Amino acid sequence: MTGLHHSLLPRFALPALALLAAFPLVMQAIDQPFYIVLASRILIFALAASSLNLLIGFGGMVSFGHAAFFGTGAYTVGILMVHGVDSAWIAWPAAVLVSALVALLIGAISLHTRGVYFIMITLAFAQMIYYVFVSLKAYGGDDGLTLASRSQVGLGVDLESDIVFYYVVLAIVAAMLVLLGRLVNARFGRVLQAIRENETRAEAVGFPVYRYKLACFVIGGAAAGLAGVLIVNQNGLASPNLLHWAQSGMLMIMVILGGVGFLYGGVLGAVVLLLLEETLSDYTIHWQLGVGLVLLASVLFAPNGLLSLARRRAAGG
Amino acid sequence: MDWILLLEQTLNGLQFGLMLFLLAAGLTLVFGIMDMINLAHGSLYMVGAYLAATLIAYTGSFTLAVLGALAGTAVFGALLEVSLLRTLYQRDHLTQVLATFALILILNEGTRMIWGSQALLLNAPEALSGPVELFPGLTYPAYRLLIIGVGLAVAVALYLLVAHTRVGMLVRAGASNREMALTMGVNVKRLFTAVFAAGAALSALAGALLGPLLAVQVGMGESILILAFVVIVIGGIGSIRGALVGALLVGFVDTVGRTLLPMSLRTVLPPAVASNLGPALASILIYVLMAAVLLWRPQGLFPARG
Repeated sequence: MTGLHHSLLPRFALPALALLAAFPLVMQAIDQPFYIVLASRILIFALAASSLNLLIGFGGMVSFGHAAFFGTGAYTVGILMVHGVDSAWIAWPAAVLVSALVALLIGAISLHTRGVYFIMITLAFAQMIYYVFVSLKAYGGDDGLTLASRSQVGLGVDLESDIVFYYVVLAIVAAMLVLLGRLVNARFGRVLQAIRENETRAEAVGFPVYRYKLACFVIGGAAAGLAGVLIVNQNGLASPNLLHWAQSGMLMIMVILGGVGFLYGGVLGAVVLLLLEETLSDYTIHWQLGVGLVLLASVLFAPNGLLSLARRRAAGG
Repeated sequence: MDWILLLEQTLNGLQFGLMLFLLAAGLTLVFGIMDMINLAHGSLYMVGAYLAATLIAYTGSFTLAVLGALAGTAVFGALLEVSLLRTLYQRDHLTQVLATFALILILNEGTRMIWGSQALLLNAPEALSGPVELFPGLTYPAYRLLIIGVGLAVAVALYLLVAHTRVGMLVRAGASNREMALTMGVNVKRLFTAVFAAGAALSALAGALLGPLLAVQVGMGESILILAFVVIVIGGIGSIRGALVGALLVGFVDTVGRTLLPMSLRTVLPPAVASNLGPALASILIYVLMAAVLLWRPQGLFPARG
């Protein structure tokens, strides 16, 4: 396992941020706006995967229903817009709040189970929510809910521009990562990691284990809801696919690939997986084969995720 | 309510449940004995269906095709176990999830490269294509009766094998306490490969038999895999008896819920709302069932570990 302290600013953080800030300007200069949209998408998934990494990697809760919160955030924005609420200042916090409440409900029940049974019960609840939204014909049903526009921010900021939207996404995702980093390094995060390592002992020392785990579950759900808010604005569509178990599985794959319990594990996993898909699908229709082979290779050569390689090298091992 | 319809749906539920059992049996044993989460189990079901569809074109005989698919998938499963999956037993569950997810992608794409992305047609044998009159007023497709018959026969055979033979004893020992079985000198390597091959054969049987009813296409394994996981969790991981009970429960709830729920909703709600709500509620029902079982008995109905 990794140490208890997780550096918020590893060497690559600031250069990466500078690169990301300059990225759309470069892409615009060489007239490749498509990559700006792709980068927004990757950043959004980086946030979604990081929120799941908080649960799996730090709370020790392997949730197979994380798409429920992702999708709930997206649908809340969509449904509010149908009813005329298109201000980001109202809809976005509302979406995060609804996602957090859903997480509170699911977590409160699911956290009574352990291990594989926890995996399956979170899957069960996520599937229930999936089918609820599929059955809501008033909000698109199977086809999903198309947004009339992106959310309105005012203040002269127009999200309809992909560049502006990119910078908003970048700012939110970066802020959320700092927040998550602060959280896992704070007392709260230390207790969580203690619980992950040995629940009985943490309980014996006197920590209210259930409440800590539930709080972690709710924070993860809220952060995923925020990612959902962004993805629905990006796609212009709240689709039931956002809630499907395959989406939960994809987020989980990102986390495991990047490195469970590494602060930037979710980020790296999202970046690698989505870029891999994007590049390979340009070359061949059989790109899934390539993705599969790379994932398999990562299991064999980087057993604890890609970031564990960097750590091992840094440790001189 | 119409008794004929109820009976017909019960038979449908039984048929679906038995097929789920074929899938779940291998999954629960691999999970229970090797402590391995194998997401690629559904891919073996797909491989079985494709092999059957191909063999029937060559041999013209449905029986031969199904047997060939069984054997072929068992060999394929054994090879997979020896070459790759064996190395994963010692890893944690998350690594197994990633590796077997990668395997799904590879097998799906491989299937698409060999057979193309069009769904294949797998026809039921000519002799069984018609309906049979079970008793006046109830006719039922002969082919579905065959599936029920085969499913029941396999369930009984599997029960006898696991409960009353030496091999079965080793399997049960492995599921209830792996380390102890190891220590007592069970040749686990061979046992694991055998269990895996048997599980592959059973899911191939399900794939080949369901082929004529559902479409034989890439991705057919994933949706049913989730149901198979639901089944083994309800039943208790590692327990064959649990897999059978869980499979029948899920089969009945799914099938009966799908027809009876919209009908009963229609009596209290406007038809448009009922036909929208019905199927979704029926799908939800399975997960409500699982959540309820887990809250009532967190280890499933028949925990294998003593």
